Amino acid sequence: MNLPLSLTINGVRREITLDDPRVTLLDLLRERLDLTGTKKGCDRGQCGACTILVDGRRINSCLALAVSHDGAEITTIEGVGCGGELHPVQAAFIAHDGFQCGFCTPGQIMSGIGMIGEGQAGDDPERVRECMSGNLCRCGAYQGITEAVLEAQSNMTATKQRRSA
Amino acid sequence: MMNFDYVRPASVADAIAAASEKGASYLASGTNLLDLMKGGVSRPSRLVDVTRLPGLDRIERLADGSLRIGALVRNADLAHDAEFARNYPAVAEALLSGASAQLRNAATVGGNLMQRTRCAYFYDAGSACNRRWPGAGCDALKGENRLHAVLGWSEGCIATHPSDFCVPLVGLDAIVEIEGKGGRRELPLEALHRLPGETPERETALERGDLIVALRLPTEAKGFARHARYIKVRERTSYAFAVVSAAASLRIEDGRIRDARLALGGVAAKPWRAREAEQVLAGAAPDAAVYREAARAALSGAKPSGDNAFKIELAQRIVVRALTLAARGTPDRIPALPGSPFSSVAGA
Repeated sequence: MNLPLSLTINGVRREITLDDPRVTLLDLLRERLDLTGTKKGCDRGQCGACTILVDGRRINSCLALAVSHDGAEITTIEGVGCGGELHPVQAAFIAHDGFQCGFCTPGQIMSGIGMIGEGQAGDDPERVRECMSGNLCRCGAYQGITEAVLEAQSNMTATKQRRSA
Repeated sequence: MMNFDYVRPASVADAIAAASEKGASYLASGTNLLDLMKGGVSRPSRLVDVTRLPGLDRIERLADGSLRIGALVRNADLAHDAEFARNYPAVAEALLSGASAQLRNAATVGGNLMQRTRCAYFYDAGSACNRRWPGAGCDALKGENRLHAVLGWSEGCIATHPSDFCVPLVGLDAIVEIEGKGGRRELPLEALHRLPGETPERETALERGDLIVALRLPTEAKGFARHARYIKVRERTSYAFAVVSAAASLRIEDGRIRDARLALGGVAAKPWRAREAEQVLAGAAPDAAVYREAARAALSGAKPSGDNAFKIELAQRIVVRALTLAARGTPDRIPALPGSPFSSVAGA
């Protein structure tokens, strides 16, 4: 069974033909498109390491069939920086030690970017922790992760205000 | 994962035809189904992708004051719809207390209704389970069963229904709209999920090919907006299924409870409407003694199915907590930790 699909991945349109409908977005990215920044942790939607943005919304790519997302716009960790510059959430993770081993970090950062876009948490650390609870960190860097997301959100809001002023 | 045929029908009629074959299964977002397929628990031979069906992703306010929610509306979109959260705050709180932000962004209303139990023995293809394999027996009965059912269970199955969303909905008399081979029909949500009895493998009232197209909240459901809470005890603060939960919706006038709706989660194979408790509450003054009496009534038929007698006491305390907080008034904004009794905000 040949399944054609078209995806825009990090701004680049890709025409893909799948030979198997079982391929998840996660496996498509990692195994077929060499975009290995997105990590496979549990592969069952429990850890958040595979978080990507689909049409601007964060989801678990391990629980998404690629063939069902024909036409979608996908952003992965490889696509968030601009030229040589880090995304504000990436920079804040470094500034606040938001990781130790780093395995969950791409998922944490994609989830943080998604969370800021959703605009539900405000500057309340408890809301940020709740909104980020789908991303586990076995090293326990949660304190730094929360601080990083809060700071990045505040920097991004300030930049946006400066731009619109 | 077993291989399958993938089809993406363009209309509801085509979808029903494609799903009416033996072994076929509908696919919405797949957050539960793909997990089950990876574990070898579900082995559909054909997936009928309904995510592109037109018109099923709308929230419609109907002329009679009722609300129609398309089956493909995403959980996050529904919970964050300001008017929805204002009119049905316990439903929004229940939605936000479930799963994670990533899963809520993907998961659909119809999929939430159709999700399967998280009983570990159901999930483990190597264990005996009457749901997966009728007549195989139930390894949960003599296994790790502290989280299993205390109401409505049978010797054949002691699994619980995992949904948070369905708990307040069943209290608000939500209606499920179904399209099938025989046309359109409606069913009270309360009648969608079945208790196990002798046939635990028959989890819902749906027939082969049936597709949930919408969920409706009747006009009266809005009347509870000022006094409605969903409270959920979990084994960790966030991103966990309920050990026990309760949705309390009250209509209070002149210092009396005029109408009460109470439903429990995590206690049975279906979202559990506690009508005996509602009768205790109706007409009473809202106070602690009446909440305790209501809680006793709600759990009067409960019995442990294993190492879970504590859930009967815990459920009563959660009912009292949910009623107390609902009577105090719906908070202006859903608490930072939705549904949690452990929020750092006083009174939440």
